[in-house]
Amino acid sequence: MSDGIVYWLQQILNALQLGSIYALIALGYTMVYGILTMINFAHGDVFMIGAFFCFLAATALGLSFAPTLLLTMLGAALLGVVIERLAYKPLRNAPRVSAIITALGVGLFLENFTLALAPYPKHIPPLLENVTWNLGGVSVSSLQVIIIFLSLGLMIVLDYVVHRTPVGMAMRAISWDKTFVPLMGIPVNLIISITFAIGAGLAGAAGTMYALAYPVIDPYMGIMVGWKAFISAVVGGIGNIRGAMIGAFILGGVEIMVAAFFPSTYRDFVAFTLLLLLIVIRPYGILGQPRIQKV
Amino acid sequence: MSAMLRNHWDGLLEQRWLLPVLLAIGFVLAFAIPEYNLLNKYVQLVLMYVGINIILAVSLNLVNGYMGEFSLAHAGFMAVGAYTAALLTMKVLPIAAYPGLFPLAVLAGGLAAAFMGLIVAVPSFKVRGDYLAIITLAFLMIVKSVIENIDYIGGPRGIPGIKRLTTLPWVFFWVVVSVWAVRNFVYSKYGRGVLSIREDEIASDLMSVNTRRVKFLAFMTSSFFAGIAGALFAHLLQFISPRVFDIIKTTDILIMVYLGGIASIGGSILGATLYTGLMEILRPSTVAGLLSWLPEMIFDPLNEYFIRHLGVWRMVIMPLLLVLVMLYWPRGMMGLREFRGFIPRRDREAHHRLKTLEKQGTP
Repeated sequence: MSDGIVYWLQQILNALQLGSIYALIALGYTMVYGILTMINFAHGDVFMIGAFFCFLAATALGLSFAPTLLLTMLGAALLGVVIERLAYKPLRNAPRVSAIITALGVGLFLENFTLALAPYPKHIPPLLENVTWNLGGVSVSSLQVIIIFLSLGLMIVLDYVVHRTPVGMAMRAISWDKTFVPLMGIPVNLIISITFAIGAGLAGAAGTMYALAYPVIDPYMGIMVGWKAFISAVVGGIGNIRGAMIGAFILGGVEIMVAAFFPSTYRDFVAFTLLLLLIVIRPYGILGQPRIQKV
Repeated sequence: MSAMLRNHWDGLLEQRWLLPVLLAIGFVLAFAIPEYNLLNKYVQLVLMYVGINIILAVSLNLVNGYMGEFSLAHAGFMAVGAYTAALLTMKVLPIAAYPGLFPLAVLAGGLAAAFMGLIVAVPSFKVRGDYLAIITLAFLMIVKSVIENIDYIGGPRGIPGIKRLTTLPWVFFWVVVSVWAVRNFVYSKYGRGVLSIREDEIASDLMSVNTRRVKFLAFMTSSFFAGIAGALFAHLLQFISPRVFDIIKTTDILIMVYLGGIASIGGSILGATLYTGLMEILRPSTVAGLLSWLPEMIFDPLNEYFIRHLGVWRMVIMPLLLVLVMLYWPRGMMGLREFRGFIPRRDREAHHRLKTLEKQGTP
């Protein structure tokens, strides 16, 4: 193959890796928004906590990859439910701004709490034997393959859960109408807790994969990645699960391409300008439905 | 007794000499404190930070409290003001020869930020609520990213060695100007428009409120004072970098506004003072200084296990405080209320008449 094509394939592979991590986090944002119409600004920090759980499981417990991933997802899911119960549930009928501010506060709390306990960046030990294959000039690492396919697998499972199971039906029903759904015998609080658990669990999985791909973690890593995932969710149409996945791969692609052709410091600039333009031009995202406001 | 005191107090508020006298005392103090070192240097510094934070909180309250939007861009406007003013004093204006040019630089910082406020105001015509919050956030990130990418202004390293030109009288002056401007704006015709937009934008449009002009004015006023505060901040800290003006700075200002209470100038002043004071008091050195009278037997273990670690833990206490305020005290200290002194005379009289009518039982 010519050098040009090899370069492009390499970049596409990198974009897929970044995009799948964004997608896992974006799903949490979009699910919570779909059900509660609330932006869970603490979600990026749940991702960060996931990375730290991964560090603890790998070093203190000395676990291998699969149990680490499972434990991290469980821990993050639990954290998500606890946050929802303690901080968001009491505000469900309060003005929307209160919930947003509370979410910002929870996020800052998680960051600074972690910082107080772990003041220095941590190094994740390599949990997987990293093999690099050379496919016609394109170097593919086993880690990349695992990240991409595991994320895709999780996304397919989630899509199935949301669109084909009773729990998923209940979730979609709640996002459709909050007044009458409880009258149909649907336990709203339980379903909301499950939503937070799934979203946070996926963020935990993303944290593990991110920590393996970029093995130095610090308490503030969740801010930027979280915002990027959030942009993905908005680009795809917030509240729409498939939209979030599409948005994440678009953003991952844009970022990798910008970094490939410009100085990498322009990445954030391009990402946020994209967000700004999109909101002004098409506020409901690629797959979202425009919401009609009645007077 | 309390009724008598209250009447006396109201009578005092009605006196026309009260405001000029208070202002004069304030200015004399602002000049005298640094001149004769009435307070130690550290307290003077904290006072100046309190003043800057009051400007920030009062101006953010205009958009977030009175207009009911959720702007996260305040630190971005602050950055624009800070960089504009710092570049002017360092590279353009001959400050060394004419230190009197400093107010010009501050004013330019405010105007540059107000211009940026226009850019945020335009999308606010179409988008509201969560999405406007996202737009303001994107603006903040873009400002930060642009500054990081311009090497001429130091890029991510920032600008060190800014002259310390911010003084207590200047901070006091700008606090007075910002409180005066925001208060008069809120109680003007446009201010009523701002309040009506918070309650219902469509309805206020129907009532022939020019919502676009009102939004322009509100965003520009708010960002102007954020820029002023940024310029003062830069010439007090003597070092600015993009990292100083990130989302955490915005969150600080949000905490001051919501702790003090939305739609209340008095609340913002209280919130900014209390929050800044609390953050300073929780510093390990301050706590150690305050508790140093304790016998060594108690002080040493306290210092070992508690005070020494406050430096990090106060950053944990701060967001926890915000969450607790939101959960148990959603209106903050003065939410939707106001000190009587800040309410214009005609409004106070109308309010008073309403109260007496209510007492008499006639609607």
